[in-house]
Amino acid sequence: MPLLRIEGVAKSFGNFRAVDKLSLDIRAGEFFALLGPSGCGKTTLLRMLAGFETPDEGRILLGGNDIAQVLPHERPVNMMFQNYALFPHLSVRDNIAFGLRRAGMARKDIATRVAEMVALVKLEGLEKRKPDQLSGGQRQRVALARSLARRPQVLLLDEPLAALDKKLRESTQGELMELQRRLGTTFVIVTHDQEEAMTMAGRIGVMDAGRLVQVATPRNLYEAPASRWIAEFVGDINLFNGQVAARDHGRLTVSTTEAGTLAVSELWPPVTKVAVSVAIRPEKVKLSRRAPASDEGASRAINRLEGVVTDVNYLGGVTSYRVKLESGAVVRASMANTARLDVDAYLAGQRVVAWFTADDCLVLEQ
Amino acid sequence: MSARRIFARPARLAAIAPYLWMVLFFLVPFGFVLKISLSQTAIAQPPYTPVFDFTEGRAALAAAFAQLSFDNFHLLISDNLYILSYLRSLVVAVTSTLILLLIGYPIAYGMARLPQRWQAVAMMLVIVPFWTSFLIRIYAWINILQHDGLLNQMLLALHIVSAPVVWLSTDSAMYLGIVYSYLPFMILPLYATLSKLDASLLEAAGDLGASPRQAFWLVTFPLSLPGVGAGALLCFIPIVGEFVIPDLLAGSSSLMIGQTLWLEFFTNKDWPVASAAAVALLLLLVPPLVLYDRLQRRQLEAGR
Repeated sequence: MPLLRIEGVAKSFGNFRAVDKLSLDIRAGEFFALLGPSGCGKTTLLRMLAGFETPDEGRILLGGNDIAQVLPHERPVNMMFQNYALFPHLSVRDNIAFGLRRAGMARKDIATRVAEMVALVKLEGLEKRKPDQLSGGQRQRVALARSLARRPQVLLLDEPLAALDKKLRESTQGELMELQRRLGTTFVIVTHDQEEAMTMAGRIGVMDAGRLVQVATPRNLYEAPASRWIAEFVGDINLFNGQVAARDHGRLTVSTTEAGTLAVSELWPPVTKVAVSVAIRPEKVKLSRRAPASDEGASRAINRLEGVVTDVNYLGGVTSYRVKLESGAVVRASMANTARLDVDAYLAGQRVVAWFTADDCLVLEQ
Repeated sequence: MSARRIFARPARLAAIAPYLWMVLFFLVPFGFVLKISLSQTAIAQPPYTPVFDFTEGRAALAAAFAQLSFDNFHLLISDNLYILSYLRSLVVAVTSTLILLLIGYPIAYGMARLPQRWQAVAMMLVIVPFWTSFLIRIYAWINILQHDGLLNQMLLALHIVSAPVVWLSTDSAMYLGIVYSYLPFMILPLYATLSKLDASLLEAAGDLGASPRQAFWLVTFPLSLPGVGAGALLCFIPIVGEFVIPDLLAGSSSLMIGQTLWLEFFTNKDWPVASAAAVALLLLLVPPLVLYDRLQRRQLEAGR
């Protein structure tokens, strides 16, 4: 039995179906991310877990008990709000102690627990400050400490890092993961930032239009997206539409209008439709001046596309190229800058061969 | 020439305008009142001495100055008519402000929780009475409260009372009039504070185990205190000096300071004593005015 089981939960606002018959299991101690574009229903789902919204149908089981109708202040679940929602009239200490006082904890125990939480989020010395005397990063820590103080079974985090700048966000991601490992609390985070979700979460649930479209580890989500929409939503990808021309021992031959005939390894479950898209991530496309010899045999069939480099974007760690094929289609390739001197660089206007193996391609139904 | 230079001059002139207004319409008249309060009553036109005559040279001016006295202020302390009036004014103002808070807070709270478009409607309903003259509305209350007025007719018709009740010329009628007239001044600042309250704070309180009632007392109420302060002072200060409502609705047994002032000025024709009473009233009102100003400033800073 998972710690949290969401069963056929639906919620509408007027005619808008925010969450549509969604089911999901979250295990104890897991760091789970709900990822999706804005308006996909992820925040509504989180608010139903917190108790701020009541599902129209379905059940939410926490440790086997249905909490769908339980009021927020009676749930063993806490939430960290996107805008932090710190009480402006209370000090850092009183903000953290707020939930403990409501739980009727003894005064002495409250002091101990607050000190423990303050140390946990490294806010020592700031206990007497009011929220408006803190920086954005410090406020974020107070919010985290306050939501963890009651030792909830599940901590819900609504875009917890959205208000921080990039550098701070990256270091805070690490701290959140470390904290989650140390406490063993189940974290459910809502984010629209796929990098954030992939960095922190053990599993990611991708939502679109109120439905869960894929639940997978970050690696599987990226390397084996369940649909064309997910492939495009998570990371960059080149897509070529075509028809399955032949099928032979797990190898498909797809004829495309833009990139000619491509060899693709078939994944499980096999595609059933004839109209498909061949997808290849930019970092799996290699560039070379001449076509590589295909001496590696049939097991690693190589697709070669000839074209002209049109754009070169140097990004520090990687350089991304756009290669225009004779059909007019554009292939994006990104190559790691592993050497300081640009021995591997290609220039705009140069004729190149963009190549990739059949195993690196994905075939997705259109 | 920089843009700053171009705008500097008119901006500075505009900044002077309120001070100019204060000097012309407050400080200069107050100087007159202060001067009269230090004079003696006389059967003359105007009814006090000394009168400064700027045509008779410096010696005469000095003589006039020498005649100024604090007798009138002494009278204010020695005759308990004045002290009683001040006390009554304070009691009436404090009581009315408390009643206004008790009635105004729930109304403002309810308004702030209405859906957005209904809030505008509710706001209109609060403001609409201002479209009718204040005096006419008080006279309307006289009509309702008098011996054969609407209220008594209704009570008799419903057999709640067997004989007409005396409503008019009582303290209850006065409080009714004051609360009715000042309610918008209490509701509007309260509503302004309450409607700005971040709804996620209440959700956070609930999430942390506070029942809706606890969330109100631990979060909403403390955060609305600036509005409570502003509303209370906005009502308290003018009620202390209120003249029309007690004069029309209250009995004549005890007077508020505004009424005493009026009597001294127009019935007794004792301008110096009336002026002294006015000056004393102003001095009494300075501390709450300063407090109001400070609260307002703090609220502005908090809103930033």
